[in-house]
Amino acid sequence: MGSVKSIPSPAISADERSHEVDHPSSQVAHFGTEQPLRLDCGVDLSPFQIAYQTYGELNADRSNAVLICHALTGDQHVANVHPVTGKPGWWETLVGPGRPIDPKHYFIICSNVIGGCMGSTGPASINPATGKVWGLDFPVITIPDMVRAQAMLIDRLGIDTLFAVVGGSMGGMQVLQWTAAYPARVFSALAIACATRHSAQNIAFHELGRQAVMADPDWHGGGYADRGIHPHRGLAVARMAAHITYLSDAALHRKFGRRMQDRELPTFSFDADFQVESYLRYQGSSFVERFDANSYLYLTRAMDYFDIAADHGGVLAKAFADIKTRFCVVSFTSDWLFPTSESRALVHALNASSARVSFAEIETDRGHDAFLLDVPEFFDISRAFLQSAGKARGVSLKDR
Amino acid sequence: MSVQQVLPLNRVATAPSGQFRADHLLVAEMVKPGSKVLDVGCGDGDLLQLLETRGIDGRGIELSREGVNRCVAKGLAVVQGDADTDLVNYPDDAFDYVILSQTLQATRQPKVVLENLLRIGRRAIVSFPNFGFWKMRLQLLIGGHMPRTENLPATWYDTANIHFCTIKDFVQLCDEINVKMERSIALDLHGRPVPLNLPWWVWNMFGEQGVFLLSRGGGK
Repeated sequence: MGSVKSIPSPAISADERSHEVDHPSSQVAHFGTEQPLRLDCGVDLSPFQIAYQTYGELNADRSNAVLICHALTGDQHVANVHPVTGKPGWWETLVGPGRPIDPKHYFIICSNVIGGCMGSTGPASINPATGKVWGLDFPVITIPDMVRAQAMLIDRLGIDTLFAVVGGSMGGMQVLQWTAAYPARVFSALAIACATRHSAQNIAFHELGRQAVMADPDWHGGGYADRGIHPHRGLAVARMAAHITYLSDAALHRKFGRRMQDRELPTFSFDADFQVESYLRYQGSSFVERFDANSYLYLTRAMDYFDIAADHGGVLAKAFADIKTRFCVVSFTSDWLFPTSESRALVHALNASSARVSFAEIETDRGHDAFLLDVPEFFDISRAFLQSAGKARGVSLKDR
Repeated sequence: MSVQQVLPLNRVATAPSGQFRADHLLVAEMVKPGSKVLDVGCGDGDLLQLLETRGIDGRGIELSREGVNRCVAKGLAVVQGDADTDLVNYPDDAFDYVILSQTLQATRQPKVVLENLLRIGRRAIVSFPNFGFWKMRLQLLIGGHMPRTENLPATWYDTANIHFCTIKDFVQLCDEINVKMERSIALDLHGRPVPLNLPWWVWNMFGEQGVFLLSRGGGK
């Protein structure tokens, strides 16, 4: 057999990526030793920083702030060109001029989660105690830790109550954690394609991804940064596996079928004969350009640990007792990572708490990824939900 | 039949507004302003919108995904759900009123649904097509086929309505499960109320649909 092309090496160097870790192209909120972040694992993280982007202007009575929570591999660049990849913001379908979350009406905030690698403190950041990259010395973080850090940022910005907290997938988990931990600070919550706990199947997929990273000899027990390398092959495999879970059988079939990549006949090798293989390899290699391998371990772990009911005596409804927040829950028919049944369980708990909740399941064959794609029905629902909440809150949506 | 329990409805919306359906206006008249309402089987949310204009905190459940999405896109608090299976998830006394408009006949267990309505809500408002309506009777008697009307155009084999009843049947069920009828009204084919001073059998004959305001009965 001839040469087999494996996953290509990233086009962007580790240096370019790691520069964003400590010196992000974003606004940064620094929290000194007097303001530690108390983590669920019992460690006080201090000092730490949060990188964030804002769009639009905070109104006079500070009632129009919308917090966007990003998903596992997202970041704060929700509606601007990404500083590393040069690609458009990851949620420009929903956020931006003329979109349901329009900076003309709202003061939009999106921060990189704690544990991330785009400027908020995480395993790729420099540990001030040693002067070296944290690596696996970084404490394990949880979804509640991420939200606690966001709340400190919101305090810093002088905002008491958020008009809306919006997110999909891991971002949706943060939305739910916000409402459970700070119900009075969240006027409305838009939780998309998410769940109140991570399922066994989802934990299993995450474990697969982590093992792929750790099996890469370049990982070096998490200490790759000191050696100036990055386990890009392992991380790319993790991304490829995860990416399959974001799609659906129907979407893959529609997009690729069994079509060949730049060839008519099979090569009788392990080269990427099929378009779907080529696509996955591209997804893997482009991901490692912008993401840190250890950060991937920490954030997947945070999702695994997420279980709101467990934090409230096993009864989910208790997490939302007497809550005044207006909820909108959205799921997608072909999403098998966060299936509609998970959203329905959340809705039942919210009903049991007499919360004001809207719940829509949207028909699409595009799988979990649908929440990031152009799905007009989803936008109509998001827009109407926020407008209705705006009316109730007295937030003017008129042009300023 | 507990005819004596039925009180007249004082103000009936007679002139059907161009915007809202006559039976919706009638239901809305029964709801006290400022109360909290659950509309079970809320369809496209027309009734909820009407209630909202009157300052009522309305929520909805709707079976069809299209209906739910249209409601949510109107800014209404509506969830996808099934009256037969999802009412159990609501706590006791969660609402002042629970409305079941033109849906009872499509449920699998109308009796259980009715009991749940009055567990979740302190009052229930139920409307349904009256299978004792003269046109129905005539079609069965003379035509010898399952009745179809302007409001119920589906054939027997593709109708969602699996538990038709007459006004008389419904009153008997309410008696049986100790439900008090605070108000009741029959509407004719044009959505106009059948005069109140007529006996039950006339209602059961000339009412195209019945609308009932119910509450929990005292112990018998």
